Amino acid sequence: MSYEELMDYDEVMESYDPALGLEVHVELNTHSKMFCSCSTQFGAEPNTQTCPTCLGLPGSLPVVNAKAIESAIRIGLALNCSISTWCRFARKNYFYPDMTKNFQTSQYDEPICFDGQVEVEVDGQPFIIPIERAHMEEDAGKSQHMGGTTGRIQGADYSLMDYNRAGVPLIEIVTKPIMATGPQAPAVARAYVGFLRDMIRALGVSDVRMEQGSLRCDANVSLMPKGSTTLGTRTETKNVNSLRSIEKALRFEICRQGAILSSGGQVVQETRHWHEDGAYTSAGRSKEEAEDYRYFPEPDLVPIAPSREWVEELRATIPEPPAVHIAGLNKTWGFSDLEMRDVVNAEAVDLIHATVEAGASPQAARKWWMTELLRRANAESISLEDLPISGEHVAEVQRLIDSGLISDKIARQVIEAVLAGEGSPTQIVEDRGLTLVSDSVTLQKAVDDVIEANPDIAQKIREGKDQATGALIGQVMKQMSGQADAAKVREMIIASLAS
Amino acid sequence: MTSLIHATAAELADLLSTGVVSSEEVTRAHLDQIADVDGEVHAYLYVDSDRALDTARQVDRKRQQGEQLGRLAGVPVGLKDAFTYMGAPTTCGSKILEGWYPPYNATVTQKLIDADMIILGKTNMDEFAMGSSTENSAYGPTCNPWDLHRIPGGSGGGSAAALASFQAPLTIGSDTGGSIRQPAAVTGTVGVKPTYGAASRYGLVAMASSLDQPGPCARNVMDAALLHEVICGHDPKDSTSINAEVPNVVAAAATKDVRGLKIGIVKELGGEGYEPEVLARFREAIDLLANAGAEIHEVSCPHFPAALGAYYLIMPSEVSSNLARFDAMRYGLRVGDDGSTSTEQVMRTTRGAGFGAEVKRRIILGTYALSSGYYDAYYGSAQKVRTLIIRDFTQAFETVDVLMSPTSPTTAFTIGERANDPIAMYKADLCTIPTNLAGNAAMSIPAGLGDNSMPVGVQIMAPPQGDDRLYRVGGALEALLQDKWGGPLLGTLAKEAR
Repeated sequence: MSYEELMDYDEVMESYDPALGLEVHVELNTHSKMFCSCSTQFGAEPNTQTCPTCLGLPGSLPVVNAKAIESAIRIGLALNCSISTWCRFARKNYFYPDMTKNFQTSQYDEPICFDGQVEVEVDGQPFIIPIERAHMEEDAGKSQHMGGTTGRIQGADYSLMDYNRAGVPLIEIVTKPIMATGPQAPAVARAYVGFLRDMIRALGVSDVRMEQGSLRCDANVSLMPKGSTTLGTRTETKNVNSLRSIEKALRFEICRQGAILSSGGQVVQETRHWHEDGAYTSAGRSKEEAEDYRYFPEPDLVPIAPSREWVEELRATIPEPPAVHIAGLNKTWGFSDLEMRDVVNAEAVDLIHATVEAGASPQAARKWWMTELLRRANAESISLEDLPISGEHVAEVQRLIDSGLISDKIARQVIEAVLAGEGSPTQIVEDRGLTLVSDSVTLQKAVDDVIEANPDIAQKIREGKDQATGALIGQVMKQMSGQADAAKVREMIIASLAS
Repeated sequence: MTSLIHATAAELADLLSTGVVSSEEVTRAHLDQIADVDGEVHAYLYVDSDRALDTARQVDRKRQQGEQLGRLAGVPVGLKDAFTYMGAPTTCGSKILEGWYPPYNATVTQKLIDADMIILGKTNMDEFAMGSSTENSAYGPTCNPWDLHRIPGGSGGGSAAALASFQAPLTIGSDTGGSIRQPAAVTGTVGVKPTYGAASRYGLVAMASSLDQPGPCARNVMDAALLHEVICGHDPKDSTSINAEVPNVVAAAATKDVRGLKIGIVKELGGEGYEPEVLARFREAIDLLANAGAEIHEVSCPHFPAALGAYYLIMPSEVSSNLARFDAMRYGLRVGDDGSTSTEQVMRTTRGAGFGAEVKRRIILGTYALSSGYYDAYYGSAQKVRTLIIRDFTQAFETVDVLMSPTSPTTAFTIGERANDPIAMYKADLCTIPTNLAGNAAMSIPAGLGDNSMPVGVQIMAPPQGDDRLYRVGGALEALLQDKWGGPLLGTLAKEAR
């Protein structure tokens, strides 16, 4: 729980302007680590993906993963950065058991990518996000603190270390202060990180899964009185694990800082921890005790000097920005702006694209992903792409409907079965015998039975009350276990009663 | 026939290849000598007798079966304890690594194994190679075989003393500021620091990454060349390793011809602070080379006097970072973990107990030099000096082929003499440090004895990747000196021993 005083967001905005700074760590999806050939596969048994180098054993030496450099440059180019002609790694020295060498091999004053910018849109309004740098570094191991009540190091009996993640390549992308966003600040931050996620996914260099930690965001924010040009004291919020929480955490910090400043207090420069469950931030390490990292150029590695030819080759591989990509897609899809915004917010663009590519109409693809499947994803609190169903599957289901083999209602059953892992839609329809009964003798028998059992309703229909047909259709469908084409049943009922 | 322990490595190689002796006999002879004399000399921290004999028998079998073997196959070698060797402890002369068995081989170690050489054991050294006397070893000092009350140099005193006491025909050293060459000088042996990047640093426990370089130690120039050939070459595991062919050092050592060669005498390396007999032996060596047809020039390297100061900022800075990993968490010593102490306390207690005074001094120096607010004045300025020293060398090598100087300003001092005077200790490396800062190659060979009957060494310096020039000059000078002496300098010790 938070016991912090909060100020109403709109009130804060009347007196203060927020300034943002975002540090995003992206874990690259290279097969091997940054400085050794160990696997980067997620989820292996602890300490099974290690070697003398990533364990920092005495005498071991790093060798740079060329693929990681390529990925870093491509990310830099996608963010419109300049690419360094000559740069070095640097050692960031600090003691912590998750760092096997007690220094992190990173970059300091010579980042590989620098001075970029990207544009994001919030409610139709464009915002420029200036990029300070994107640099390469290695990830640390993971500690697990045992025996305490909080799972944190304070109060733990002992800690376990897993170094599988030690040495996994990271790109850290740092913005310059983002100013003049006004009350949109939290939404701009969210849009920016969303942009990074989509762009980097399109580059194919990272899984960018916030919930798995392959994209991590540290959100800095400060407030300055309206009209001032001097930045206020900032806080840095960590553990923000979804796009939604970036927005919520920043909103919370703005309200908290607003309350402090408006009552004449001073914001403490510190790291804060976001609590997703209670939706609040709490104080972490104070930056006043900040360590001196004693950076110096890494003597075990030679400088990196990417040739201009190589950079230009890589530039040619950069996909168009996600917004341009989406606008291009919607030219053929023809969704309304509102529909498209919902699709984007639901992260369904790629899924609908795949479904359309597999043969479904855009409207049908949108219908399935944005209703039935979105409901399922929301119910399980997972993202759409984590549902165990592909665009091909959805297109196949739609094909079965269009060819009259199954009804809309049966289609829902088929989708349930695909999600349950029973196989492809066609296979499920066959295995379960779900195809519509088109044998008119069987169907006519069912219609006759229902008419005979409901003389009153039959009479009403004869008298011209068409809306009564529905009741009889329903009963026929029930008798056929849903495996009949409702339109055809309707025709047969009317024909039977007319004769 | 000379006894097996007094034979050169080249002689042993010939005896082995012609089947006159077996590797088992050669190995056993050296293990017997270790058993006889190492109680006094203390050149070894660990003797790997059983494995050495097993390996020797295997090599003998291979030879009997007609396998094509390398030139030094079956020849024993001692390995400085800074190199990892699976199955043997690696301590670096430090308590903090006591009992650590590395799970991998250094590239240099692997090359010795692949060449079918017989690793006798791990030789003593100053803790983490920090020192010029081996007195900083946590396991006790090594004594100079010429006079057991004197130091054998450092940090590689164990490797040098093992050669001078005939406990190995060849040893491996590592040179950060003179740790191969200064021990060679004070023990009357040959030591080579190859060009930075010539031999892989993978598996050499780092002291200062930008300065460390493995190299061969031997009793004569040709033996050093043969070992040089075995351990050098490109290694993809070391990013700073040179990807080029190793110069033909063996052919160069056999040339014994310096006619027309331009030799530069470094003006700044001599004079005040140098023992007169060190300067006298140096002068005599130069005269011999001049008589043999070399051109002698005096050259100035104006920034060399600043080298020692720059070195004592750059080296400790790298040390402070490289030695941070010894924190009791993953391997080696752990002190003060009684279940109630915090991780930080255990790290602090262990480092306090596990590191010796000199190591702590350098960690503190380096931490200070890299601190924010001091970085530019210390580490930053030192790097500028380093650039100036490189420039001095570059300019000098535009006019001469090699540079020469004494290896160390003095002969071996007595154990304990400089223990409380770090600056005096550091000055032992005055002549060797510029080469480490610039990354070029250098060699020390014996030049005779001082008035105290202790050996004096002379240093030859060559441009980067000009290692063959060292062997050409060293081989020629060695032949000239031995003509004058009537045999190797160490022959006197060999005779005494017999």
